Amino acid sequence: MIGFLFLAVVLIASAVWVVTAKKPVYSVVGLLAHFAALAAMYISLSAEFLGVVQIIVYSGAILVLFVFVIALLSSGVDPFSVGPNRLPKAAVPAGLLVLGSLALTAYGVFHATAAAAPLRPGGPGGRAGDANAFGSVADFGKALFTVHLLPFEITALVLMVAVIGVILLAGEKPPSAGTAERAAKVRREMREAIVRAGDE
Amino acid sequence: MLQVAITNYIALSATIFFIGVAGVLLRRNPLIMLMSIELMWNAANLLFLAFSRMWGNNAGHIFAFLVITVAAAEAAIGLAIVVIVFRNAKNVDVDEVAGLRG
Repeated sequence: MIGFLFLAVVLIASAVWVVTAKKPVYSVVGLLAHFAALAAMYISLSAEFLGVVQIIVYSGAILVLFVFVIALLSSGVDPFSVGPNRLPKAAVPAGLLVLGSLALTAYGVFHATAAAAPLRPGGPGGRAGDANAFGSVADFGKALFTVHLLPFEITALVLMVAVIGVILLAGEKPPSAGTAERAAKVRREMREAIVRAGDE
Repeated sequence: MLQVAITNYIALSATIFFIGVAGVLLRRNPLIMLMSIELMWNAANLLFLAFSRMWGNNAGHIFAFLVITVAAAEAAIGLAIVVIVFRNAKNVDVDEVAGLRG
């Protein structure tokens, strides 16, 4: 429980830091702390594989992507590195809405009767740390490749769609533009060559 | 960490989720808005894992894995859009980006 409280405080503080930081870079640092604490919490929930994936995918890939974009966009451009920090006119209503939703959720949580059982220590499948315990890499892998194969395939599809989408969006030109330009150049040169040949 | 009631996890997850909502609503910097969306994904993931642990069923782990993948794809595409908008408009205030307004 003490560990949970410590991690919860770190999680909430870093989340608030992410939202309130003046510059995007500071937000990234807050997000890094958030993800590290979250990975620790996943491991404490006997989700070892996902704790590691959290570190690798989020801290290793997504945050680096954020840092790259910040570095790319803020080089020598003042408005970006300073950043638009003003709050919109709707700040007070938006804050009230958020607080109200949070209060409703808290009310629902503390008046819920079902599913309020405490978590079992050690997990159902044996002691934590066992090779085949609940949430271990072996357990997760078996579930992923047998019972839940379809979500795994969907994962592959989602990643491929993202890759193609990003290439189409962020590429300088559409992929076919190069060939079209080259073809136009070749045609122009051929026409000029024909004209030259006619002159001679 | 023994015997943490599930309500604690729900309350923590809801708090982080609404901090993320506040970030999307209040900030006008697209990068910080994207990071707030990441906070919301992760709050949902935390709850998946907590319930998965509570019921001893690792379907929640699979779903959290799917959520992480979708979050990665979303971050990549969102950042690509930010780069395009910035390249065209030299402007990172989402209120000023109205190029598609009819």
